[in-house]
Amino acid sequence: MEQKLKTDFDKFISTSNFSSQEIKLKKEALDNFLKNGFPSRKLENWKFSDINQIIQKNIGELTFYNDYNIKNEINDEIFIKEIEHNKIVIVNGKVEQFSFEYEESDKINLKTLDNFNQNPNDDNSLLSLNNSFSNKIHNILVKKNYSLKKPLIIYQITNEKLSNTNINFQLNFELEENSSIKIINLSDDNSEKNFINNLFNFNLGKNAILKNYKLDRKTNTNIKYDYSSITQKENSISETFIFSSGSDYIKNEVSCNLEGQYSSAFINGIHSLSKNKHHEIRTNTNHLYENTKSYQLIKSVIDDSSKSVYQGKIYVDSKAQKTDGYQLSKAVLLNEQAEFNAKPELEIYADDVKCSHGSASGSLDEDSIFYLMCRGLDKKTAKELLITGFLLDVVEKITDEEIKKLLKNMIGLN
Amino acid sequence: MRDKQIEDLKDYKYGFSTDIESFKAPKGLNEEVIRFISNIKKEPDWLLQWRLKAFERLKVLKEPDWQKPKYPKIDYQDLYYYSAPKSFKEKPKNLEDLDPKLLETYKKLGIPLQEQKRLNGIAVDAVFDSVSVATTFKDTLTKKGIIFCSISEAIQKHPDLVRKYLGSVIPITDHFFATLNSAVFTDGSFVYIPPNVKCPMELSTYFRINASDTGQFERTLIIADKGSYVSYLEGCTAPMRDENQLHAANVELIALDDAEIKYSTVQNWYPGDKDGKGGIYNFVTKRGLCKGKNSKISWTQVETGSAITWKYPSCILKGDNSIGEFYSIAITNNHQKADTGTKMIHLGKNTKSKIISKGISAGKSDMTYRGLVDISKNASNSTNYTQCDSLLMGNNCGAHTVPYIKNKNSNSSIAHEATTSKISEDQLHYCQQRGLNQEEAVGLIVNGFCKEVLQQLPMEFAVEAQKLVGISLEGSVG
Repeated sequence: MEQKLKTDFDKFISTSNFSSQEIKLKKEALDNFLKNGFPSRKLENWKFSDINQIIQKNIGELTFYNDYNIKNEINDEIFIKEIEHNKIVIVNGKVEQFSFEYEESDKINLKTLDNFNQNPNDDNSLLSLNNSFSNKIHNILVKKNYSLKKPLIIYQITNEKLSNTNINFQLNFELEENSSIKIINLSDDNSEKNFINNLFNFNLGKNAILKNYKLDRKTNTNIKYDYSSITQKENSISETFIFSSGSDYIKNEVSCNLEGQYSSAFINGIHSLSKNKHHEIRTNTNHLYENTKSYQLIKSVIDDSSKSVYQGKIYVDSKAQKTDGYQLSKAVLLNEQAEFNAKPELEIYADDVKCSHGSASGSLDEDSIFYLMCRGLDKKTAKELLITGFLLDVVEKITDEEIKKLLKNMIGLN
Repeated sequence: MRDKQIEDLKDYKYGFSTDIESFKAPKGLNEEVIRFISNIKKEPDWLLQWRLKAFERLKVLKEPDWQKPKYPKIDYQDLYYYSAPKSFKEKPKNLEDLDPKLLETYKKLGIPLQEQKRLNGIAVDAVFDSVSVATTFKDTLTKKGIIFCSISEAIQKHPDLVRKYLGSVIPITDHFFATLNSAVFTDGSFVYIPPNVKCPMELSTYFRINASDTGQFERTLIIADKGSYVSYLEGCTAPMRDENQLHAANVELIALDDAEIKYSTVQNWYPGDKDGKGGIYNFVTKRGLCKGKNSKISWTQVETGSAITWKYPSCILKGDNSIGEFYSIAITNNHQKADTGTKMIHLGKNTKSKIISKGISAGKSDMTYRGLVDISKNASNSTNYTQCDSLLMGNNCGAHTVPYIKNKNSNSSIAHEATTSKISEDQLHYCQQRGLNQEEAVGLIVNGFCKEVLQQLPMEFAVEAQKLVGISLEGSVG
C-alpha cells in the first residue's frame, strides 16, 4: 500500500495546481499517514470499528488518486423541490457548483484556503490522509449579523465511474458574530466500494448559530468516515442531527469545543440499520469554559446482522464550572444477530457540574406490542408503530420546523 | 554467612514455625528464583512447571499502559520475590514508635490496643497470641468439612483440588500482572466449601493462623461446591503499612451449581503522604466464575487506601440463571488515584448482573470507573443494570466514567446510568442548620451517598466501614 500511496500522491500533485507551501504541508500529512496507516482496533477510538480490517475485507486495494480536472455532470433531478435553498454540489469529492442565489452576495465570502490546519489530532491518521489528498479547500464565511435566508443544501454525490477509490473532501465554515446558517448535508451515492473521507470544520463566533443536518439514506456499499469539528465562542449554539442508514459502513464523528461561556452544543442521531451494516457515531464534547451546556441523544434500531456503535465522551475542564452535560443512548435490537456497543464516557475535572449519561439496549417491549395488538393491530404494524415512535423522539428535537417536516418526509417517519 | 544464618535462626523462637523462612531469594526475576520459591515451599513438580510456563509467557507480555493513573516504571529485576517475614528486630518495638497520625486514626476507629500492635507487627504478648478465637473457629469449620487454610498448606494437603481449580479462572496466559503473580506467588488463602454446606461464619484472612505477611504476590482460591454458601472478608478497616510498594494479588472464585460466594474487601493500605510520596500500588486481579447453574457471586469493595488502586473484580456468568453483583465505594483523597470497576461477562442464559459503584474524589485525586458489560449471542434473556455515581469535592480532583457496553443478544437488556455532581449547598445548609458542623454534615451526606453499598457489607464490618468513609475524607472540606 505504501508504494501505491506514494505514486498516487505524486500523480495527484503533478496534475493539480498547488503552491509550494501547500505541497510541503501535504507531504507532511502524507508522511504522517504513512507512519500510522489506517486506524485499527488497537486504538481506543477504533475499538468497535476496525476500519483497517473493514477496508481490507470489503474493498481490498484502494486507489488514492482522484482526477479533479474532470468535469462531472449534475443531474438536476436529485435536487430537493419542496423547499427553496442554496446549494453546494460536490461530485466525487470535487465542488462542481456553488449557488447562494437567495442571499445578499456581499454577506457571504467564498474563497479557497492556501493553508490548512495540520492534523489537530495526532492519533487520527484519517485526518492526515484527508489533508494530503483533498483538493483545494473551500472556505465559506458568513459575515457579522447576517443570517442566511434559506437553508444551504450540500449534495454529496458519487457517480458510477467511481470504484475502489479513496475520496478525500474538506470544507470550512466560518460564522462571524451574530450570524447563522442552516445546512442539510445529503449524500447521494451511485457508486460502490469506495472509501469516502470527509472533514468539515465549523468556527462559530459570538452568538452564532449553526444547524447542521446530515442524511445518509441511499443504500450503497461505500465505506465512509465523516468528521465534523465545531469550535464555539461565547453564547453560540450548534445543533447537529445525524441520520445514518444507507451506506454499508459509516463512522460519524462530531467534536465540539465549547470555548466561550453560555455556548451550547446539541447532537442528536439515529441509526436505522438492516442487513449487514456497521455504523458508528462518536461524539466528543469538550467543556472548556464556565456555564456551557451539551446534550446528546442517540437512538438505534438494529435489524438482521447489523452492528451499531455509540461512543460519547463528555470532557469537563477544571475551569468549566457550572457545566450541564447530558447524554442518552438507546438501542432496539430486532434480530438475534444484531449487535449494539456503547461507550458513554465522562471525564470531569470540575466539581460544580451536573453531568450524567444513560444507555439502554434491548428488544421491543413485549407488553407494548401486546397492548397494540389488543387494539386490533397486527404484530408487524404494532412493531413498526413502536419503532417509529422510538425514532421520532430524536427527529422531534430538530428546532427548525420547515426542515423537520422535510426530513420527516424523506426518512419516512410521520 | 553462617553467622548470619544462625542469627536468623535465633529469631524463630519468637514465633515462626518453619525454619526455611529465614532464607531470602536473591533479587530479580528469573527461572532460578521461581525454582527457589517452589523448592522452598516443597511444591509438587506440576506446580513448578506451571509457574515456569507462566514465566515463559511473561517474557513476551508487555506491561499494560492504557490505565488512567500513570506510575513510574517498575524495575522488576530490582524486587525480592521471596523473603522471609520481617523479624521482630526490625519492626517497631512499641506503639510510641509509630506515626502519631496513625494512632489517631486507630483511636477514631475504636481499635483495641492489642489489635493496633498486631496490625503493625509488634510482638504481642502471649495471652493474646494464643489465638484462642481462631482455634475455636477452626474446630467449627473442620466439623462441617470446610477447608480454610493457606494456599501453601492446601498444595500439600489437597493437591487435587488445587490442581483442578488453580488458574481455571485466571489462566497463566492472562494479562501481565496476573501472569507475574502466577509465576511468583508466595502465599494466600484457600477455601473449599463442600456440597450443601452453608459456612456458619464470615471467613476472614484475619482469623487464619499464620496469616500475617503473606507478601506482595498473594494468591487466593475459593471454591464453593454445589449448593454451598460462603462469605469471605478480605482486609480490615485499620490502615495497614507495608514495605512492598507493588501488590499484584490474584483472587479466583469458583461457584458450582446453586452455590453462592460473597466476597467483601475493605482496602486501606498506606496511601502515601499528603504530597503523594510513597504509598502502595494495588494492582489486583480478581475474577469469579459462576460455573454452575443458579450460582451467584457478589463482590463488595470499600477502597480507601493505596496510592494507586487498579483493579476490576469481575464475574464470568457461565452457568444458566447465574447472578453477578458488584458493589463498590472508592474514595480518593490527596494525591491518590484509582481506576477501578468491574466486568460482567454474560455467557449463560437468563443471567443477571448488577453494578452499583460510588466514587468520591477529593483533594488532588483522580478517580475512574471503568467497566465492561458484555452479553454474548447465547446469553438470551439476560439483564444488566449499572449505576455509577461520582461525587467531587473541590476543583482540583477528577472523576471519570468509562463504561463499555456490548449487547449481542436481542432478548437481553442493558441499562446504564451515571451521574457526576457535588454535594449540594442546600443539603449542607440543611444539616448545618440542625447543629452539625461542616465536616459532620459532609460525613453524613457522603454516608447516605454510599448507603446502598455499605448495606451489602457484613454487619460488624459495615459499622467500621461507615466510620472509615468519614475519616478518609478528613481535611477535604472547607
